[in-house]
Amino acid sequence: MMSDPFFYAALLTAIAGLITMLRMLIGPTVPDRVVGLDTLNTIVVALMILLGAAYDRTIYIDIAIVYAILSYIGTLIIAKYLQGGLS
Amino acid sequence: MNGIDYLVYTFLGISVTFNMLGSIALHRFPDVYTRLHGATKSTTFGTIFAVFAVMAHAFYRLHVTGDPKYLQMSLHSLVALVALLLTNPTGAHAIAKAAYLTGYKPKKAVVDSYESRIAGHVKAEPEEGEVKP
Repeated sequence: MMSDPFFYAALLTAIAGLITMLRMLIGPTVPDRVVGLDTLNTIVVALMILLGAAYDRTIYIDIAIVYAILSYIGTLIIAKYLQGGLS
Repeated sequence: MNGIDYLVYTFLGISVTFNMLGSIALHRFPDVYTRLHGATKSTTFGTIFAVFAVMAHAFYRLHVTGDPKYLQMSLHSLVALVALLLTNPTGAHAIAKAAYLTGYKPKKAVVDSYESRIAGHVKAEPEEGEVKP
């Protein structure tokens, strides 16, 4: 089987996402949680690409493209809200 | 097992290692800015190598089976990599600027150039106006 290493890589990347989620839960300040959210977005994009190769589905990789762009817009809007307006 | 398998294993190993290091860096650093530094760079580097692994796998399957689905998979993962590389540093820069302007100073910082730059930009203009006449 050629697709097996992608499943193990996806499992380990999901564990990295869980560790990142722990920082989002216990983060003492608000920017800490936003940093955790940004890191989690990148890890989820990597996870979608690896699972798309593992299941031989190209549509998962298309969803990863859309998720990368939309999560960037979300992070940017949270950052602009934190600094108090468009300045 | 042939050469492509070892290439894919190497790329996946680098990818998983750097993604795991980026998530551990969120717990090992003392500050918002150092956490942003460790996490963003490491996860971007890890995702680059995940895309390289998928591209090597897809090109090998294209060479074996001749199915154009694998060419589509390879090119779309490259487009995802380009989108991630364009958006990730910009988001990190916006978070750092927002965290500084909210009022969280860097811990254990000896030199803070950005603070002196903001203070100089605000205070310099009235002082020049006072001195000149």
